[in-house]
Amino acid sequence: MEYSLVLLLNGISFGLLLFMLSSGLTLVFSLMGVLNFAHAGFYMLGAYIGYEASLRINFWAGLVLAPLTVGGIGMAVEYFGLRKVHRYGHAAELLFTFGLAFLIDEATHLIWGRSAVNYAIPAALSGPLFSIGEAQFPIYRGFIILISVAMLVAIWMLLRMSRIGLIIRGALTHPNTISTLGHDLPWVHMLVFGIGAALAGLAGAVGGAAFVTEPGMAHALGPIVFVVVVIGGLGSLGGAFVAALLIGCIQTFAVVADFNLGGILPFLHWNGIESITVSRLAPVLPYFLMILLLVLRPQGLMGKRAL
Amino acid sequence: MRSLLKLAFIVFAAFAAVLPASAQNIRIAVLEGLSGPFANVGEHWMSEFRFAVDQVNANGGVLNGRKLEIVPLDNKGSAQESLIQLRNATNQGIQFIFQGTSSAIAAALIDAVEKNNTRNPAAQVVFLNYSAIDMPLTNEGCSYWHFRFDANIDMKVRALIGELAADKSIKKVYLINQDYSLGQTVSKSAAAFLKAERPDIEIVGNDFHPIGQVKDFVPYIAKIQASGAQVVITSSWGNDMLNLIKAGNALGLKLSWYTFYAGAFGAPTALGDASAGRVKVVSEYHNNIASNGVAAWDAAYRAKTGSDFLFQRARLSILMLASAINKAKSTEAKEVARALEGMKFDGGLGMVEMRAGDHQLLQPLFVYTLEKTAARGGPKEAAIELEGSGLGSVTTKRFDAQQTALPHSCVMKRPS
Repeated sequence: MEYSLVLLLNGISFGLLLFMLSSGLTLVFSLMGVLNFAHAGFYMLGAYIGYEASLRINFWAGLVLAPLTVGGIGMAVEYFGLRKVHRYGHAAELLFTFGLAFLIDEATHLIWGRSAVNYAIPAALSGPLFSIGEAQFPIYRGFIILISVAMLVAIWMLLRMSRIGLIIRGALTHPNTISTLGHDLPWVHMLVFGIGAALAGLAGAVGGAAFVTEPGMAHALGPIVFVVVVIGGLGSLGGAFVAALLIGCIQTFAVVADFNLGGILPFLHWNGIESITVSRLAPVLPYFLMILLLVLRPQGLMGKRAL
Repeated sequence: MRSLLKLAFIVFAAFAAVLPASAQNIRIAVLEGLSGPFANVGEHWMSEFRFAVDQVNANGGVLNGRKLEIVPLDNKGSAQESLIQLRNATNQGIQFIFQGTSSAIAAALIDAVEKNNTRNPAAQVVFLNYSAIDMPLTNEGCSYWHFRFDANIDMKVRALIGELAADKSIKKVYLINQDYSLGQTVSKSAAAFLKAERPDIEIVGNDFHPIGQVKDFVPYIAKIQASGAQVVITSSWGNDMLNLIKAGNALGLKLSWYTFYAGAFGAPTALGDASAGRVKVVSEYHNNIASNGVAAWDAAYRAKTGSDFLFQRARLSILMLASAINKAKSTEAKEVARALEGMKFDGGLGMVEMRAGDHQLLQPLFVYTLEKTAARGGPKEAAIELEGSGLGSVTTKRFDAQQTALPHSCVMKRPS
């Protein structure tokens, strides 16, 4: 029983981390129509920069440096790369980000080697936050929740209460009008791409210490981010939030669901498939959900624009 | 046109000049993943094989002065690419193929080597397997041309259970493994050996997770904690092992881990002091074994490369191959294989035997525990540190070569 609370909080913390990661992707897609394949690569760069900072300065410096650096890299990518490719259409932009993903992977291999690096949780944040009987909830997971919520509030305040947020929101729905009013639309694009990358970088700096920081992490987390964005609905930040929490909780609770497929679908009797437990399928359930949703409701849960 | 011909001639001459020097060398092709996610493991294996070959060459080589040479081939971790590289090796006239990091690839290679050796009697190869531990390779899928230098799954599981069984306070065991042939076999094998040696132990959980897919192992750890298990047996490796351990530490898991692969490649570092005394590994080697004939080799390797010497089985495979070549007085695959099977050899930690019936090497096995090094207040046997982690290995149980032997079902078809 006490484990249920730990599991719920864990699902929420993982979901919020996923949201931090996918919010940048959704923002960029809403504004620029570009599905950025290199987004998970920004996550990985954020983790490695956080690791380097934690070695040379300390962990907290990494939390500031990682989003700033990765945001800067994102803005450079947009200015020197994406902007030039933009005139050739969406497919060209997609291919560009696809190639960029590989570049980031190889650059990481060259700079930091192929093994996992020891990006450790600082002593101040290790240990249990609270215990219920035998079950402990780690401080660091609580920290992830805190940072994610803080970032969420910051982004919301930026979009709703600042002038630049007003311009960004206008550019989301009426880009030509914004341009006519004299605002520099390409500059807005660069800023939003940079913000998206910075969010991914922050997620990396935070998540890289909790999970292993290694050169394959972009590959590992990339697909699930897309699943979150597609299930939430492309272009919807609220949808991404709901979808991320949903997937975080599904992945967490499915692991403890020890009942067989044969119990859910009694007619299933083929080659021993009925004895596969839901917990074995836990990591691939989000993909089932995505396929199901695309068949039944292609625009996602709260989607506003088609792919 | 003229200058092109000149260029072609110069290039050809350069090749010809290089060729005679290496024609004398006996080449060994090592198929490993040198690119991709596990390239660090592949590179480490290459480094150990090269060191072993250097030692053999420094001691006079084989067959009166001929040198051994390692030819690294990148199989990119795929069976398809491995078959291409096998063809590449046989085209170059290489007669000795080494591979080990994947039983699926090993099985494909055994099949391909059998076919090659039947169809091309002039270009036969011997396949030395240094790490693929799936059971069929020395049972129903055995081959005269295949030799396994790593204890197979049942042997390793039996060693772990043998160590576990002595502790009467253990009543609940949890099994968690990767969802593929290794993990499935370990799970079945562990259940069988537990039933045989300690029928009073209850298996309170048996989980499989996909390889490399799970980032967040906290739900699995919570499940383990809820089950009340005192011991977790796992054969997970790579980042799965690291993530599992990190999640265990995050939730303050206080039980014993019985593992296959927690002794290297980042695992001891991820374990840290919180795990001292509670993590056990089954292996044919660790660097704090008492009365150890491999210590000088270990120290020399460490001095030369700066990393831990991990794989006694890499050392043994090269030394025993050299010995077989000398015994057969030939590099012909059939003769070397005949010399290698049944060979008894002093491995430096005890006598080892390449069992003729199934070509499975019988060697001493150790179950060791990770403890704080002696310099940091741990037991004095933990003298040498593992990869800068502050932890060192201490033998908790040793099995001699013949004690590790298990029956096999191989019906070996020998060439005449």
